[in-house]
Amino acid sequence: MNTPALKEWPLWEIFVRSKQGLEHKHCGSLHAADAAQALHMARDVYTRRQEGVSIWVLPSAAITASNPDDKGELFDPAADKIYRHPTFYEIPEEVGHM
Amino acid sequence: MYTQSFSVPDNAGQKSARTPSTENPELMAAFDARIDADGRIEPQDWMPEAYRKTLVRQISQHAHSEIVGMLPEGNWISRAPSLKRKAILIAKVQDEGGHGLYLYSAAETLGTSRDQMLEGLHSGKAKYSSIFNYPTLNWADVGVIGWLVDGAAIMNQIPLCRCSYGPYARAMVRVCKEESFHQRQGYEALLVMMQGTEAQRAMVQDAVNRLWWKCLAMFGPPDADSPNSAQGMRWGIKRISNDDLRQKFIDATVPQAKVLGVTLPDPDLKWNEARQHHDYGQIDWQEFWDTVEGNGPCNKERLSTRVKAHNEGQWVRDAALAHARKQQQRAHKEAA
Repeated sequence: MNTPALKEWPLWEIFVRSKQGLEHKHCGSLHAADAAQALHMARDVYTRRQEGVSIWVLPSAAITASNPDDKGELFDPAADKIYRHPTFYEIPEEVGHM
Repeated sequence: MYTQSFSVPDNAGQKSARTPSTENPELMAAFDARIDADGRIEPQDWMPEAYRKTLVRQISQHAHSEIVGMLPEGNWISRAPSLKRKAILIAKVQDEGGHGLYLYSAAETLGTSRDQMLEGLHSGKAKYSSIFNYPTLNWADVGVIGWLVDGAAIMNQIPLCRCSYGPYARAMVRVCKEESFHQRQGYEALLVMMQGTEAQRAMVQDAVNRLWWKCLAMFGPPDADSPNSAQGMRWGIKRISNDDLRQKFIDATVPQAKVLGVTLPDPDLKWNEARQHHDYGQIDWQEFWDTVEGNGPCNKERLSTRVKAHNEGQWVRDAALAHARKQQQRAHKEAA
């Protein structure tokens, strides 16, 4: 099996969990030779002030993203479905919080 | 962290052949409409080539400034006057390195590569903030860099948090959050020196005298001589003009200098009641452009230090890649 001979370190996307109980959030990217090094460098680049308790690194090339040109097609259909929101429904005042 | 609030042409001197705009008018109109509505542009969105080019130039110059900015302060780490000051300075220099990385990443989303940008810096083709081409002669220079140079940079960078290009704006938010300690530590270090001996107070005044005008020049040429500014403003890359930022910086700094007990070296500096701003003297733009063009006192030294560090690190980068490849091959073999 051939691995491509890289000249530059590949790009990684970095996700940091800021505290226990919260989700990992994308915070930026960096170049590293492999996953272990990416983790190590992410610690230095993105958590110098205790910004995180856990880090995920992911090769940028592994991300499949939606195309901006498809934005309308993908997301506009949700715009007229206001009945998916609780505020669409009127409930008598005396019922209280629902 | 440091930016020059202007994006100087990297090929100053060369005439850039202006290509007539061949952009699709429909896409262009949609882009303009988004900018007019104060919307944000993201990497995958369509953008005019000139917008992309301007951003690549500005963000990479900004990144280079962070990286080169580590050098004059890095020189003082081994000579910091106490363990406390040494730890603070290491943290600051490490921050600048981090800021450079955030910015290189932001520029890479526009289609340029890290290697291309480094090649631009190392060959002397790309520019960085002119302030780092002056020497840091005594310990007070480190304090003044924090107080004035970082102070000027913060003035520049806060409006960039609202830049129309998403990745640049997000990098700036992170940078600005980390930056305020840089200015405060510098000012505090100077306050301590000013409570010291006569010689120490003289060092602070000397550093202020040497760096004050250079800091004012960091905001870039006067609005009247800054033809690219209007386009940058139109595109929401630049939010406040060079002269307005400079004025803001001067007005903020005068009272700080008074508390510190130093004089700002400008006989024309005085409060103008009618303008409700300080008036100030003439900046030597010839000297500024000479430095930008590569003829400042430290241009050659800074660049050669940077190139040497990069070259001496080559084996580390190669070894890391070789190690990664070996690990990968081993994993494949075990899986087979």
